[in-house]
Amino acid sequence: MSNNVSLGTLFKNGVFGENPVFRLALSLCPAVAVTSGVKNGFLMGVAVLFVMTMTNVTVSLLRNFINPKVRIPSYVFITATWVTVIDLVMSAYQRAVYKEMGLYIMLIVAFAIILSRAEMFASKNKLLPSFVDGVGMGVGFLLALMLLGVFREFLGKGSLWGAQILPGKPLLIAIMPTGGFFAMGLVMGWLNWIDRKFFGGTGASSGGH
Amino acid sequence: MWQHVLTIFIASALINNFVFTRYLGLCIFFGVTKRMETAIGMSFTFTAVMLVEAVLNWVIFNYVMIPYNLEFLKIVIFIGTVAAFVQAADTIMKKVAPALYYKLGIYLALIVTNCVILAVPLINADEKYSLFESIAMAVGSGLGFSLALIIMASIREKLELAEVPKSFKGLPISFVLTGLIALAFLGFSGMITL
Repeated sequence: MSNNVSLGTLFKNGVFGENPVFRLALSLCPAVAVTSGVKNGFLMGVAVLFVMTMTNVTVSLLRNFINPKVRIPSYVFITATWVTVIDLVMSAYQRAVYKEMGLYIMLIVAFAIILSRAEMFASKNKLLPSFVDGVGMGVGFLLALMLLGVFREFLGKGSLWGAQILPGKPLLIAIMPTGGFFAMGLVMGWLNWIDRKFFGGTGASSGGH
Repeated sequence: MWQHVLTIFIASALINNFVFTRYLGLCIFFGVTKRMETAIGMSFTFTAVMLVEAVLNWVIFNYVMIPYNLEFLKIVIFIGTVAAFVQAADTIMKKVAPALYYKLGIYLALIVTNCVILAVPLINADEKYSLFESIAMAVGSGLGFSLALIIMASIREKLELAEVPKSFKGLPISFVLTGLIALAFLGFSGMITL
């Protein structure tokens, strides 16, 4: 975590190297819960991207004022404030979607990934790297949700972003609760396989928290 | 009225099971189910904290937040009470019951930023449950969560010996497994309509 790392590397690290969902296995709940459609996945991803970036920026700006003894509660309250902002915005402008996944938007506050980035990165780094780190992690999260959303909506409803592509519903189970778990397991296993085959990685996901 | 309370209790334990239909607490679910002992300790701590949180936050929501029109601050306030309560419980348990503290203390630390604990007061507030309904919801969800943890822990102990494709070792196979259990839990839906 030195300051010499270029901003591009930081961004790439958030999207690929330490992808919050598939690599770090953090914040899995929304990844399964809201990805029954691409649109839901996208909006959730945007909400997380916003909270992630703003929390990182705020923590970074306040890092010299927060007493280390009370830093964790402070980070939690900073996150909660930004979540309230996005929660109110979503409930005002995306009524239909909010009805479906409002609970998960409120629960962004309990995401391990946001707190851990604030603690591990933003509290030790200047404004710009923290901002880029937040955006990178957020985009990584957004892409992971979109990938799962595409997978599930296409199989479950035969459509993408609400637009019908296939005539029928090929595999209804994909949009049901169980389908989320299957999709997650299969995509994770597939990424592990790619990692082992083409990039020479160990291809084993960590235990997760 | 009592019938409604019972309905909420059963519904939140089985039909709207936190793990299998609401997808909450997955981090904990995959994190602590490698051993039966930790799974049981975790479910005990979680159910207790959920109950206390539900009551505490119900009182705050109905007697402080609604009279002063502070509902929009519920996220901030609920997470504040959770953090404060967990910190207090940690300190008190260390002094009063050290033996229990060494058994359950590590789980308490994990609770502060956990979606399961926070979801209970948020759902109670959204549904405008009465005090008894909130309690039924908290205890039911707690038992449902414990059930999920214990089922998963007993399967995973066997899974250690199974031969799994290399790419699926660890989390991926656990996810597929959870999907199968969720499929079984789907059978409960339709039993009661709320």
